[in-house]
Amino acid sequence: MSKPKVSSDWLAGCAGCHMSLLDMDERILQVLELAELRSTPITDFKEPDVTGVDVGVLEGGISNTYNEEVAHKMRSRCKTLVALGDCAVFGGIPAMRNFFTIEEALRRAYVETPSTDESGKIPSDPELAVPTKVRALSEIVPVDVFVPGCPPDADVIFYVLSELAQGRKPELKDELLHWH
Amino acid sequence: MGSQKITIEPVTRIEGHAKVTIQMNDNGTVDHAYLHVNEFRGFEKFCEGRMYFEMQMITPRICGICPVSHHLASAKASDMVAGSPPPRPANLLRELMHMGQIVQSHGMHFFELAGPDLLLGFDADPAIRNVVGLVQANADLTVSAVQLRKWGQEIIHLLGGRRVHPSFAVPGGVNKALQKSERDQILRGADDAIHTIQVGLSIMKDWAEKNAEDIQKFAVFKTGYFGLITPEDGLELYSGNIRLISQDGNQLERFDPASYLDHIAEHVENWSYLKFPYYKKLGYPGGVYRVGPLGRLNIADHIDTPLANEEFKKYRAINAGKPIENTLYYHYARLIEALFAAERVKVLLDDPDILSTEILNTHRNFSGHGVGVIEAPRGTLIHDYTTNPNGQITAVNLIVSTGHNNWAMSEAVDSVAKTYVRGPNVKEGMLNRIEAAIRAYDPCLSCSTHAVGQMPIHVDILSSDGLLVDTLSKE
Repeated sequence: MSKPKVSSDWLAGCAGCHMSLLDMDERILQVLELAELRSTPITDFKEPDVTGVDVGVLEGGISNTYNEEVAHKMRSRCKTLVALGDCAVFGGIPAMRNFFTIEEALRRAYVETPSTDESGKIPSDPELAVPTKVRALSEIVPVDVFVPGCPPDADVIFYVLSELAQGRKPELKDELLHWH
Repeated sequence: MGSQKITIEPVTRIEGHAKVTIQMNDNGTVDHAYLHVNEFRGFEKFCEGRMYFEMQMITPRICGICPVSHHLASAKASDMVAGSPPPRPANLLRELMHMGQIVQSHGMHFFELAGPDLLLGFDADPAIRNVVGLVQANADLTVSAVQLRKWGQEIIHLLGGRRVHPSFAVPGGVNKALQKSERDQILRGADDAIHTIQVGLSIMKDWAEKNAEDIQKFAVFKTGYFGLITPEDGLELYSGNIRLISQDGNQLERFDPASYLDHIAEHVENWSYLKFPYYKKLGYPGGVYRVGPLGRLNIADHIDTPLANEEFKKYRAINAGKPIENTLYYHYARLIEALFAAERVKVLLDDPDILSTEILNTHRNFSGHGVGVIEAPRGTLIHDYTTNPNGQITAVNLIVSTGHNNWAMSEAVDSVAKTYVRGPNVKEGMLNRIEAAIRAYDPCLSCSTHAVGQMPIHVDILSSDGLLVDTLSKE
């Protein structure tokens, strides 16, 4: 049997969950024995295989139209979708933006900050993603496995990935839900 | 058929989300290439109303790769807000944590993110041009690289309780002293870490020798250079004044970081969520400058640790003491800094104050305003807070490392596209070189997009009338 394929990506987060994944240190080599990395932020494939992957991992919440596209694409191409970390699970720190309007937040950043010069304006080029309310991943697509933590401990991520790579659904309870 | 537009999205092996668009001319040459930073998060707004002493825990969530930079810059700003300068042992411990971060971040960048291009080649099969390919090519080296990162991360963990988003610095000092056993544990790994960085340096120098021609034509351009400096013009990553030099190496300014608004401003372009800082006296874009390893080594005239200083002398001889302008030399400069940080860990651990428990100034002389500046792995990071008399934040301004390099990254993308991309049959390796230009700056797009969040890259090919002709992806 060929190795299960894993893809991952980051949305509105800080990359800290992927750093925590690397914090499993030498055990990352065991994970590479068990699974085949496809598109991830540290490999050069740009998106999950059109023919599908076994496990999709998404870090970060949904804060703009591009995040939505990536989430839908990952969901449609993976068998099991993992929401990795607090931002993906419930929105996390970036969801604090929801206490303000998007217009207020954009004006602060691109017009009002004291270092911004007279060129200040809200960027609106069609190439740019449009900010939205910040939402949990499960508000956009169905999620199979929730891994909370800011970030989740490396031990927990190792457990989740090695269970999934061996075809089992990880059961997160007790100490595994207690991040340090 | 009209001219084409190429889009690269996402740019991989960088932190965050970016996209590149390349406008091609009818004859298959590049008209202009743009780097779009494609996310906005809004920390400057949503921190309003929070207490100033919460900022050390909120702002690290801007970036999980260099959370310690935000943690410490925030603590320094909050020291000023509270009017509570930390005692010397607390500053030593904060700097120790920072050195741990420099080692892990620079080490990871060289071996895991940029390394595949250098060790496997810009034109290597994208399926193996990554850390897995490195494991296959050189398993021992990869394990050493993993252990180097682990050593840096463990310094952060021992001090702050966790590797990512630690809890350590508080206004007026830190919340935990260093134990003797912890000092000894860190010291035991220091020589191996130094050795691995030296192996990295020999790989880098070997690569530079074999690829001299590429280095000379790959995004070489003039800018100013900017960063913290010691009073004697040595490399500085934690405190001190800011030094700005011209493209010829002459000092333009030397100032207390708290007065940054007198010297720099940020320009906004409609096509990017990342602003463009510049030196006010020269305006935009005449006053653009570069930060990070290349910038810091250009503004310094020595390094205060012996092994790093030896490398520094060889490095600066490349351009006879003049500023080094080659984008690809960022990698070389980054490793010299990692070597400095690892040596600096030993110096700090040998300091008689390092185990002191005098780690917190509880006296308050509340001012309601503070600016904290630190050299994050990628460059100068500025946190500026204003509070009301209760200590609730009323205004936040953040200028992050990657922001200062925004103009330079855009210029590098355009320059590399013009040098290497030829239509109509654009090859994947040509596009990977554009991504490599961005990678050299080790951009932290999450940082940049605090306001802006993250950076994926994508390449579309459009006709001159704007119709989509083709989209290139790496698969």
